[in-house]
This record gives sequence, structure tokens and C-alpha cells, in this order.
Amino acid sequence: MRRSTPLVIAGGVLALALACLLSLMVGARTVSPGTVMEALRSHDGALADHAVIQSRLLRTAAGVAVGAALAVAGAAMQGMTRNPLADPGILGINAGATTAVVLGVYLLDASRVAQFMGLALLGAGLGTVAVYAVASLGRDGATPVKLALAGAALTAGLGSLINALVMVDDSSLDRLRFWQVGTLGARSLRDIAGVGGLMAVGAVVILLAAGVLNALALGDDAAVGLGVKVGRARMLLGAAIILLCGAAVALAGPIGFLGLVVPHAARLLVGGDYRRIVPVCLLGGPVLILVADTVGRVIAPPAEVQVGVMTALLGVPVFVVLLRTRRQVGL
Amino acid sequence: MAGTGLLLLALLLVRVLVGTPMVPIDLALRAISGEVVPGYSFIVVDHRLPAAVVALLAGVSFGLSGTVFQTLLRNPLASPDVIGVTLGSSAGAVLAMAFLGADGRALFWCALLGGLATAGLLLLVSGAGGPGASGGADNRFVLVGIGVAAALSALISYLLTRLSLQSAGDALHWLIGSLSSSTWDRAAVLGGALLVLVPVLALLVTRLRILQLGDDTATSLGLPVPRTRVALVLVAVALTALTVAVTGPLSFVAFLAGPIAQRLAGRPSFPLAAVVGAVIVLLADVIGQNLIPGTELPAGVVTGALGAPVLLWMIARTSTSGSGR
Repeated sequence: MRRSTPLVIAGGVLALALACLLSLMVGARTVSPGTVMEALRSHDGALADHAVIQSRLLRTAAGVAVGAALAVAGAAMQGMTRNPLADPGILGINAGATTAVVLGVYLLDASRVAQFMGLALLGAGLGTVAVYAVASLGRDGATPVKLALAGAALTAGLGSLINALVMVDDSSLDRLRFWQVGTLGARSLRDIAGVGGLMAVGAVVILLAAGVLNALALGDDAAVGLGVKVGRARMLLGAAIILLCGAAVALAGPIGFLGLVVPHAARLLVGGDYRRIVPVCLLGGPVLILVADTVGRVIAPPAEVQVGVMTALLGVPVFVVLLRTRRQVGL
Repeated sequence: MAGTGLLLLALLLVRVLVGTPMVPIDLALRAISGEVVPGYSFIVVDHRLPAAVVALLAGVSFGLSGTVFQTLLRNPLASPDVIGVTLGSSAGAVLAMAFLGADGRALFWCALLGGLATAGLLLLVSGAGGPGASGGADNRFVLVGIGVAAALSALISYLLTRLSLQSAGDALHWLIGSLSSSTWDRAAVLGGALLVLVPVLALLVTRLRILQLGDDTATSLGLPVPRTRVALVLVAVALTALTVAVTGPLSFVAFLAGPIAQRLAGRPSFPLAAVVGAVIVLLADVIGQNLIPGTELPAGVVTGALGAPVLLWMIARTSTSGSGR
């Protein structure tokens, strides 16, 4: 399966360009590639096709940002915790962020992306710290099983809290049931730019720290032997992960599975070196999310299937194939 | 065991007597014996008593089912909540609500079918049904289950967006798990199912103990390993799916009953796990009924909210890697 990295990167760039083009072309009103190019070169607001493309442009940009953020965060989490299951959804980060946003909607009547952003970051941070703290107690420290259990416990517990809130308030239910399936729906360019900036910081940190991830993936003792300051490296990577996941939840709601599947696929393509995995994730995440979003638009007309549902439906078969083809699954 | 049994009886009593209005014990006994006690008979006989009985049966069923999965797959993560069987039942029911407008009996069958289909998929995909080095007893079954669970929960979220707000509220209420609509009919269905399934499980538990010696040993002792494993999974799924069909998925009950029973008894115990499951559900329902005056919280909200700290505490206390797997 292994390919040379430049070839994979080139393929990834090509796939991303195609996915972007498809995402701009396909939908309730499908336009030709030529029209897309024309609208990008010289936008004419009076033309209906151009207006459609402009609204899709925002959505495509949001997809690129969210896809890249989740995939890179997933890769970093898998390396840092030496846990093949690590994913923002499974380790409780999304649950923390979601709960904070829901509480904000309910208690503070939050509605702007900037507010979601702050709340999601706070919740993601608290969730991560709680899961890691609980898993670290006891003699063995944070083993993969304990991390996954703690994440599942937190997710289920917070889910109950959200359900209890939503049950007493119909208007929250109405807003939430659409938000919690994950959607790249209309946002302003300013929102995307603000959130994207934070994501970029997180992604750059992880790209630069990919060598440290390699060391951590060997285990703490080996990492110390290689001269890595383990505690400080975990803090820095953890902060970058929280930044990426919180920002993604704020922009698109809780989108599962992307952070799990894309790094695994990248590992199959380019091997176990995080200096190669992280860049491939940076391209692969957006490709998966844009394809999922585009398919979701046309699969059940006239309604759309939200991107969070599509990533799970497209991601699970990939995940299952990965599990079946790999000999030993550590957990 | 005796202490837990007493706690269970006390909780049954509290569930029937305590609430708005409070029922004096002598009046309750007269109502139960068939006398018409104005103002109390309906509350005791048609409302609280069936809820208490359904809670008891549901707890027993979830407790047994969770313990079968956890023992069989040698993994505390393997409860039906986590590997998607519960969600499969829920998805079946919500699908039926969304597209067929189903309720009552139809809902029941759809939930059962959803749970069984999910389990079938898990067995098929993880290769647990076939012969093999470790069959379903490795982590693959759990990992596939977690993946399937994620897809099912996405599907349920999607279905919720397709329903009217009113129906979405109803579906959500059911998805949380509640005993508030318990009737004698439902208690009878659940009781009948347990009458069939528990003896079958009792027969299979001996074989489960042999399976735990390892597949090779079990085979050399003459046990048909893949078939036994599939039979155990099917019984456990039937227990879960039937109960989900009646009460909705009460999260964490199946997850917690086995490990708590093991901690109490010092070894895995199916009878104790059943009792602990019943205690959890009854306790949750009593709390949900009485915590906030004038508001009834569904039992599922309480099991979820209380279950999480208990589980986190158990994880934190795990001192050896042995009990963490």
C-alpha cells in the first residue's frame, strides 16, 4: 500500500482541487465547471448562477477549514495517547464543547459564531482535562482503555444533561436537533476567517511538533530517552488539539469520525511517520468532508443530509475495512 | 447479595408509596389486594406498581445482558450501550416512528429487529461467528461496535431533523428512556420474555465459564465454540432489544451492573448483576420522580447523569491493568 510521499501529496492536492470544484458545482442547482471558473474570475452579482456559487464558496471554505482541523487533531491525539481509537468524538472533547454551546444557547441565548467559539473552546478544554485527569488516576496512568472509557462516560453523562435541558425547552430542541448533526451551512466570511485563524495556529503547532509526536508514539520512556520533555510536549500538543476541535465545533457542530478515519487512511498510505501523516491529513480531511457534504446535498432531494451524518455514513465502512485488514488492533 | 436484595425491596416500596400524593402503607396494601380505595387505587395499582415492576424487570434484563457481553468479550467497554446494540434498537424504533408512524406493538417489533440486525452486522463484520484464532473475543468486535454505534447515532440525529417538532420531542423522550408510560401490558411482555430468556441464559452460562478458559481448551472439552458464542450474543441482544422496546434505552445500566456486582461479590456474578441492575433502574426512577417537586425527570436522564460519575470513579480507582481490560 505504501506510496512515495510526494506522490501522495500531489494526489491529495489534486483530489482537494477536484473536491472543491465539485462542492461549488453540485447541489439543488448544478452549474458547469466553466461557469464556476467564470464566477471566480469575474463575479457578477446579477447572475443567479454566480450568486449560488458565492454562497457555496463560503460553505466550501468552512468545509476545508473544519476538515483539516479535525483530521490533524485526530492524528495528533492518536500519536500523543498511543491510542488508535483516539478521536475528538470518542475522547469526550466534542461532548464538552457541545455541552458548553448548548448551555450557552439555553442560558445566555448565544447565537453568534464568536460566542459559540468561546463556549466551544472552554467546553473542549474542560472536557479534555476532565477525561485525562480521570484516566490518569490510579496506578497505570492514562492507558488507552481508561481514556476511551472516561471519554465514553463523559460523553454519555453530558448527553443526559443536554437531553434533560432540551426536554424542558422546545425552542432549544428545535435549534439543537439541526445543529448537532453537524452542518457547514451559511456563515459569513468574517466568521470563517476568525475561526480559521485559530485553526491555523493549532495546525502549525502540530505540523512543527510532528517529530515530537513520533517520539511520543514510541512511549514515554523512549521519548524521554530521545530528549523530549514529555510533560511540556503534551501540554503544547493538547492546547493545539483543543484549539482545533473547539474551533471546528463552533463552526460546524459536532462532526464525528473524520478525526478517526483520515489519520488511519494516511498511515496506510505513507507509513507511520507523523512528519508525513500530518500533511496528508491536512489534505485528506477537507477532501472527505467536501465529498460528504456534496453527496449529502444530492442524495435525498429536496432536503439535504447534513455533513455530520454523511461523514459517519462514509467513514464507518472505511473504518471497518481498516479494522478487518489490519492484523492486530491494540486497545 | 442479601443486602442488595433488601435494598431492592425497600426501593420497590418507596417507588409505590412516595411521591405526590404520598400513599400510606395500609391503604396501598388494601388497594393491591383488590379493594377500591378512592383516590389511591388508580395511582397505586394502575400507575406506580406497573412502573415499579417494569423498572425491576428492565434492570434485571439490562444487568444480565451487559454482563454477558462484558464477560464474553473480556472487555468492560463491551456493554450493549457502547457497541451499538442499544442504539440499533433505538434506530429501529425511530425509523418506524419517522416513516411508518408506528407506535405500541409495531414499535416494539421494530426495536427488536433493529437490535438483532445490529448484532448480526457486528458478528458478520468482526468475524466473531466464524471459527478463528480468537473469534469475537478480541478488541475487533468492540471497535467495530463503536464504529457502528457512531453511524447509528448519526442516523438517529438525522431522523430527528426529519420529524415534526412535536414528534421529535416524543421521539427524544423515548430515546432517553422512561418508565412513565409503563402499563401492566408492558410488564407482562417483558416478564414473559424474561421467563423464556433467563433459563436459556442460565444453561448457557456454564458454557460461558468454559469459554473463558480459552477457545482451545473449550474446543478440546467438546464445546462448539463459534455456535456457543453466537447463541450467547443472541440471548444478550434479545434481552437488551426487548427491554429497549419497552422502556427506551436507559443508558449506563447495562454498562454498570456487571462491574458493580463484581466489586461487591469479589467475582463475576450473574444473579447479583441482575439485582444490581434492578436497583439502579428503581433508584433512578425514584430520584427522577421526587428530585424536583412538580417535574418528572425520565429515569434515563438520571441513569445517564449518575452513571457517568460512578463510571469515572470506577476508572479512577482501577489500580491494576487486569481489571481495566
